[in-house]
Amino acid sequence: MLTVLITIFVLAAAAPMLHRLLRGATGWALALPVVAVTAWFATLVPAVSGGEVILESRPWVPALGLDLAFRVDGWSLLFLLLIAGIGALILIYAGGYLHGHRHEGRFFGFLLLFMGSMLGLVAADNLIVMFIFWELTSFSSYLLIGFNHEETKSRAAALQALLVTGGGGLALLAGFILIGQVGGTFSFSALLENADVLRHHALYLPILLLVLAGAFTKSAQVPFHFWLPGAMAAPTPVSAYLHSATMVKAGVFLLGRFNPLLGGTDVWHTVVTGVGAATMLTGALLALPQTDLKRLLAYSTVSGLGTLTLLLGIGTTLATKAAAVFLIVHSLYKGALFMVAGAVDHETGTRDVRSLGGLFKVMPITALAAGAAALSMSGFPPLLGFISKELLYEAKLAAPSGAMLITAAGVGANILMVAVAIIVGFRPFHGARQLPAKPMHEPPLALWLGPAVLAALALVAGLFPSLVDRPLVSAAVSAIRAKETTVELKLWHGLNLVLLLSVVTVLAGVFVYFLRQRCRALAARLAPVVRFGPERGYELGLRALTAVAAGQTRLLQHGYLRGYVLTVLGVATVLAAFALVRFGPATLWIGFEDVRIHEVAIGVLVLAAALVAANARSRLAAVVALGVVGYSVALIYGLYGAPDLAVTQILVETLTLVLFVLVVVHLPQFSTLSSPRRRRWDAAFAGVAGLVITLLVLKALHVESGERVSQYFAENALRAQGRNVVNVILVDFRALDTLGEIAVLSVAALGVFALLKLRPGARKEDR
Amino acid sequence: MPLQLAFSIVLLVRGHNEPGGGFIGGLVAACGIALHGIAFGIPAARRLLRVPPPMLIGTGLLIAALSGLPGLFQGQPFLTGLWGGSVPTLLAGQLKFGTPLLFDVGVYLVVAGIAVHLIFTMAEDQ
Repeated sequence: MLTVLITIFVLAAAAPMLHRLLRGATGWALALPVVAVTAWFATLVPAVSGGEVILESRPWVPALGLDLAFRVDGWSLLFLLLIAGIGALILIYAGGYLHGHRHEGRFFGFLLLFMGSMLGLVAADNLIVMFIFWELTSFSSYLLIGFNHEETKSRAAALQALLVTGGGGLALLAGFILIGQVGGTFSFSALLENADVLRHHALYLPILLLVLAGAFTKSAQVPFHFWLPGAMAAPTPVSAYLHSATMVKAGVFLLGRFNPLLGGTDVWHTVVTGVGAATMLTGALLALPQTDLKRLLAYSTVSGLGTLTLLLGIGTTLATKAAAVFLIVHSLYKGALFMVAGAVDHETGTRDVRSLGGLFKVMPITALAAGAAALSMSGFPPLLGFISKELLYEAKLAAPSGAMLITAAGVGANILMVAVAIIVGFRPFHGARQLPAKPMHEPPLALWLGPAVLAALALVAGLFPSLVDRPLVSAAVSAIRAKETTVELKLWHGLNLVLLLSVVTVLAGVFVYFLRQRCRALAARLAPVVRFGPERGYELGLRALTAVAAGQTRLLQHGYLRGYVLTVLGVATVLAAFALVRFGPATLWIGFEDVRIHEVAIGVLVLAAALVAANARSRLAAVVALGVVGYSVALIYGLYGAPDLAVTQILVETLTLVLFVLVVVHLPQFSTLSSPRRRRWDAAFAGVAGLVITLLVLKALHVESGERVSQYFAENALRAQGRNVVNVILVDFRALDTLGEIAVLSVAALGVFALLKLRPGARKEDR
Repeated sequence: MPLQLAFSIVLLVRGHNEPGGGFIGGLVAACGIALHGIAFGIPAARRLLRVPPPMLIGTGLLIAALSGLPGLFQGQPFLTGLWGGSVPTLLAGQLKFGTPLLFDVGVYLVVAGIAVHLIFTMAEDQ
């Protein structure tokens, strides 16, 4: 598993370079290894459906209980297959869709980065590892949604998606940490062995709510659903991949994953079912009035995600089964329809359903794929969508509580979905040609291959349900329920209530389709009300956050050097005084018997130079006097056996002087800005600070603090092949610290550079 | 100036046994280049350096980070020091090669890069 992930991430890094080499063939070339990965996942199917759980682990930071552990059970394998399989098709599709785009290579890189993160997320066994991949998916989706980064809309949508899912991610991290505290381990497999511990713990409710917050934001559940339609600003391959089959399903994955640990309680049922039902209805209602193909699909995806959440909330074996089947169905048809929408857009230049029609003659293959996908979406036999819808109704009817309510909501949402399916899958291709007769043709192979394959899969799986039920669905359901379950799917269930509901759904859906104009009119009138929805809350929140940040910056970063120095010294003095009070008073008299003459000389020199600096009437004098202080301190270091420190001090002093000389000509005339009274205050303050620090130093001479660290380092330095202890510490014992320090230093340098270069006025000469 | 650069490298490589090391070496190198800049003008110093200073910073960070990998591949924690052979040198005594030396080279480049970068930017900012 780790090998697979590394391969994909390496491919992601290499994609831009590969693209320069392969040009138009990049999509196909990159799809090859991904197909191989899919095939490898497929070889795992027999073992996993036989009840085996494939575990893989290697230590990463053992001290923190952090292992690169992966767990492939039925539930994750189902996702792995979907992610890699659809991912390969999307890569091919993206090659066709973005053909000749300036940043095509970069796009492939982002796409693969996302794919790797998603695979890692569903395969992770260690919760922290899972969280890291979770954040990586948010991060890479930010890059993908904002791919057209020159458009304000794209950037805003990307930021919105990142903030909403990232916020949820933080909640999730908190939840995971609590789980780690309660369960004593971050390993999911280990937690599974004591599955009841979490449910019976006092912290159960916070844990549950935090994990759910993560899942709901990611899977665009009400009230966080608004980011998904916004994310349609992304190029279509992104929507087809992230917003249909993968990223938005991560929340659903999480729910299924944690069902054995957190599920089954009353809170779980109420919250998950309720939010799922609300999302299902909201999505369906908001979808119908849309006229943009992609927004139609986005809202219907919200509805589909609501359905999945609802089913996992019900949590019966039947509902879980329905969820697993619907997950496959939804990924197949929604991925296909998104790709169709992109292909239509690519060929005609519009995605507005009102101005599309009669495209069947121009692009028959795309039209056929779209039709099949739409049939699957509306639950027509013999497609897999039909089986799924039968199961949905069966599960909802058998729900332990509120069955009638849930079923009614489900039927309502599905009716609307049928109407949407007709609008998306049939409307653009049939009826009169509405577009101006510009030359149009079937999109290239790369653009129709994806939808065709996905639609064909939906058909084949519908005709031969045994292809998916035992190998995939059984294992997935077993993993969610944490007990062995066998699933058998049938196309024909006999004449019963469920079938009746299906028929009613389709008929009513067709009816609603013909009413769509009126729905749009109604929605237009309701628009002012909808504006006060959760998206408004997001905007207000964002504005408040920036306002707070600005206020805080004004308060702390006021730009007065005197204030900064006062703050730093003040805090240090108070802390030092506190330490003194705790450890008792210092010995004041240390005796001057063995003081040598040159030491006294240096001391006098430092004092004199400091006084000169404080009273200097010219800037140069002040700088030079400060330099004298610095060099004298370096002398003291040198005298007391710290040559490294002394050399460093001298060099730093020299560089500071050089920098000062460079900028001194730009500085305004030296002037005394503070009033005499203020200066007296400063002097008093400096005096107190100096006194406290002196006392602290005197005290430090007499504090015995157990074993001396220097002893250890001195003894072990030779083992590390060095005699200079300071340097050995820097580059060997504490090398990681040093690495962090130089990284921070580099970032700081870049910041300084940016500040210097981006000042107003400095910009012109830069160009 | 060449003397100063040479001295900075001596400081760098002997750092493990005698006073010196990447940080100090980097500062000395930066001082040398800054001196050149003050004497002959910043453009001349830039030409002397050949690469833009941010390049030094990036390369240094990369080298320092990469020097941690060999240890990782041998199944030891990241940044574990590994030592190879050694050659005698005139000024730096016995010079041993190893990942900590590589790490120090990274530190040297980062420090020199940052100092030079700051000095150049400030000096050109008029």
